[in-house]
Amino acid sequence: MSSTLNSPAERLRESFIELSARERARALLDAGTFRELLGPFDRIESPWLPLQGIVCQADDGVVIARGTIDGEPAVVAAIESAFQGGSIGEVSGSKIAAALELALRDCERGRIVRPVVLFETGGVRLQEANLGLAVISEIQAAIVALRRHVPVVGVIAGMVGCFGGMSLAAALCSYLVVTKPGRLGMNGPEVIEQEAGIDELDASDRRRIWQLIGGEQRAATGLADILTEDDSSGMREAVRQAFAQGMPQTHRSEQVDTYLARLAQVDPVTITPESMRIIFAGDARTSSKEQA
Amino acid sequence: MEHLTFDYPAQRAVTARAHVGVVGSGDLEVLLSPAATMSAQVVVRTSVDGYSHIWKSVLDRFFTRYDGAARIEINDFGATPGVVALRLAEAAEAAAAAETGDAP
Repeated sequence: MSSTLNSPAERLRESFIELSARERARALLDAGTFRELLGPFDRIESPWLPLQGIVCQADDGVVIARGTIDGEPAVVAAIESAFQGGSIGEVSGSKIAAALELALRDCERGRIVRPVVLFETGGVRLQEANLGLAVISEIQAAIVALRRHVPVVGVIAGMVGCFGGMSLAAALCSYLVVTKPGRLGMNGPEVIEQEAGIDELDASDRRRIWQLIGGEQRAATGLADILTEDDSSGMREAVRQAFAQGMPQTHRSEQVDTYLARLAQVDPVTITPESMRIIFAGDARTSSKEQA
Repeated sequence: MEHLTFDYPAQRAVTARAHVGVVGSGDLEVLLSPAATMSAQVVVRTSVDGYSHIWKSVLDRFFTRYDGAARIEINDFGATPGVVALRLAEAAEAAAAAETGDAP
């Protein structure tokens, strides 16, 4: 343990991953500006979980906070991974969608609000099925509408990562901030192993999993933008930097031809994490960002 | 899932509220707020059935030292009695800090 405490800076590091959703939101906003909307005492819980014998959380696992980032008005939607795996139910998802839609309304009136989504989710909450999926589509629509006005910044810090429909929402963000422990993928490793067999993917092979979908790989292949340490102040700085870059020239999800051309180079039989990095390297947006 | 309620006498009014914890595996959340009357009420929703006597023991002990007229709501996801006691103490401390203006 002591070997990891070499420099004063390392001793002072405060983990971001270990923070709760509420603490994460507070950590990203300028000091003293955190103001929660629809907090636990508003008691807007899932109406569906008790019917299935599952205990609710008073905020349904999503924290919506207003405040400022770098002095600019901001809204942070933070998913609590410890509650039901950060799954998106009707209420938790609606809170995120509504927060983004309100930010959109402000932006349309010329008052820019910086939106940040802290993705820590396995995707839709299976107990709420179609209601969860419907609201994920609302979140995605809100992100696409918002990013015409202001960069939408997503954060995938870990340890749950970001999967399912919410991985698509993350992919729509203007900028994605990731850590090494963070993961981004459509289907989780266990699902792939269960559906395609252990020959396709051994979900217990952690090294392999992170080589495929870990934050470092996602950044190296241009599918995430900023790779940062698991450090609270470093994360705040990364989010600040993302907004400071301004709007990307084109969003990833608009670069259809670019990505189709890259996918055409992929041979599913011989593809490796290393060859992925070669094919997906040299993302124009990343290089222009580096010049800036 | 089980729904339990407990009542305790109180000596002083509570003027602030506090929220601690998360409904995660082996954990629970506590919502502590001022009660309408000069007594304390605890409402427990727990994912584990059949432990009302343990809940009573843990709460009895907590209220030997806590005299606030608080409404305490607990959403439990299988916390051990030790975790429950710590979360209750944390909530009481957070509310007391908020009352004196020391809250973060």
